[in-house]
Amino acid sequence: MEIFMSIVSGCLVAAGVYLLLQRQILKIIIGTAILSHAAHLLILTMGKLDRGAPPIIKDGITKYADPLPQALILTSIVISFGVTSYLLVLAYRTYNENRTDNMEQLRGTDNE
Amino acid sequence: MSNLVILPILLPLLIGAVLIFFNKKIVLARVITTITLLVNISSSTYLLAYVYNNGTLILETGNWVAPFGIILVADGLATLLLVTTNLIAFACLLYTFRSLDSEREQFYFYTFFLMLITGVSGAFLTGDLFNLFVFFEVLLMASYGLIVLGGTKAQLRESLKYVLINLISSILFVITVAFLYSVTGTVNMAQLAERVGEVGQSGILTTIAILLFVVFATKGALFPLYFWLPKSYSIPPTVISALFGALLTKVGVYSILRVFTLIFVYDSITHDLFIWLAGFTMVLGVLGALSTNNIKLIIAYNIIPAIGFMMLGIGVFTATSIAGTVFYLLHDMVVKAALFLLVGAIIIASGTSDLRKMGGLLATHPLLSWLFFIAALTLVGIPPFSGFIGKLLLLKSAFEEGYIIIAITGLVTSLLILLSVIRIFIGAIWGKPVETNKKVPTSLLLPISLLVLLSIMLGVGGEYIYPYVQQVADQLIDPSNYIQSVLKG
Repeated sequence: MEIFMSIVSGCLVAAGVYLLLQRQILKIIIGTAILSHAAHLLILTMGKLDRGAPPIIKDGITKYADPLPQALILTSIVISFGVTSYLLVLAYRTYNENRTDNMEQLRGTDNE
Repeated sequence: MSNLVILPILLPLLIGAVLIFFNKKIVLARVITTITLLVNISSSTYLLAYVYNNGTLILETGNWVAPFGIILVADGLATLLLVTTNLIAFACLLYTFRSLDSEREQFYFYTFFLMLITGVSGAFLTGDLFNLFVFFEVLLMASYGLIVLGGTKAQLRESLKYVLINLISSILFVITVAFLYSVTGTVNMAQLAERVGEVGQSGILTTIAILLFVVFATKGALFPLYFWLPKSYSIPPTVISALFGALLTKVGVYSILRVFTLIFVYDSITHDLFIWLAGFTMVLGVLGALSTNNIKLIIAYNIIPAIGFMMLGIGVFTATSIAGTVFYLLHDMVVKAALFLLVGAIIIASGTSDLRKMGGLLATHPLLSWLFFIAALTLVGIPPFSGFIGKLLLLKSAFEEGYIIIAITGLVTSLLILLSVIRIFIGAIWGKPVETNKKVPTSLLLPISLLVLLSIMLGVGGEYIYPYVQQVADQLIDPSNYIQSVLKG
């Protein structure tokens, strides 16, 4: 199962990188979102996908699921959600001010 | 007592949140922010003195015993950087009052500013790798807000690139933490150091170390990952550039320093890599500084070779060279902030950022000119100023360890840095006064004088500061100190 999940995560990274190399801003942003999904899936996989009780101490239970990857993922999801929403607004404003969504045309000059 | 450790993080966070509701009342916001920073300076100075006399201070948040909870570790390095950060922030704050337009000030500048201080302080104090990522995100979020503040065409364009590059490196950071967790089963730095030491640094751990290094090198602008820095640091208003140039890249350097003196110290391949990269970073960064006529861009490019010097110290990895890196780090934070603010004042005085259209500031603005002259000499490392001590330690250790070529590269780079700042001096300060020269408010020169004075004190009072730096370097070179103080044996 871990092998399969790692491969899925790798495929997501590949898709994300492909989108990052595009010219339109929106495609790039979707690429970053997919990349962060890949990272989250990877954290989950790296914490071992074993079954067990939720990590709350009770009598008679010895096998618990690892709580740490879950905590890490929650934190990371919130951060990437925030950054993605910020990026979308930024991209919209950039398009409005510069009248282009093509990264090739957003180079700029030396003395501004 | 140990609860004091969280104050430099908590105070700006709370005050920053409160100031969201008073964004239209500029005077009130100014007063509150000033008081906050003064409290922060005094508390972090107290912390520095306490740690120097009594050893490392640990705070286990929520009473979760290390290594299970998030811990804050105030050791020598962290407290030293904390004090410097707050002093620089204070100077930048004084500069803000007269240089930033009121529209930007009303648009939550002070909130972003305090959040930036929160993130930087947290990154210095945390003893947990994932928590370091979180504080990186806090300071990056604040910097995203600051870099786009005002929303001009150029700012929006450059912010987009800045946000994207940082986002990608943050995702890499998360991936690296995941790998590290799967290999070692922990994210607490002290426990990581212990476990990596126990199993020996195998190939997979070295690979993870280099991946982590790539993340920090992107944040800290090392060769070949510095391409995003010059443009995005020269676009926003001067005071924001000064904050970024003095604090943000240095957090990247601090992280490399922490991780590669504590956790991954068992394989020399990484430290050899640092020396190569330090050489390339110095040379290419300074060539960039010589290639442009935009004075703000010249100073932004000058950030890069300084990072190269610090990496040289981490790569050589002796007690002397680490002391050199720490000293150079302090010096560079102060002098970069001073130079950015000076360049801002020069731009206000001459009404342009183009070197070819200025001249003659010496006649009209003598104080500004002499301050710039002193700051330039400090940057290059002319004795008796502070740059000299750091560079001396670094180059001495490089020669001692037999890295002759990199030491010579460092010396040549220093000369080229001198050339790049003297170009500003010749172009803007000598020559015939241009008609467009305007008056600079004297209150702008006060924070600059403070910073220049601080850097002179670092240099002339080097013998009083050096024991602290030496102690910090001794702590860093032997990771068992850190591990024992966190895990308590």
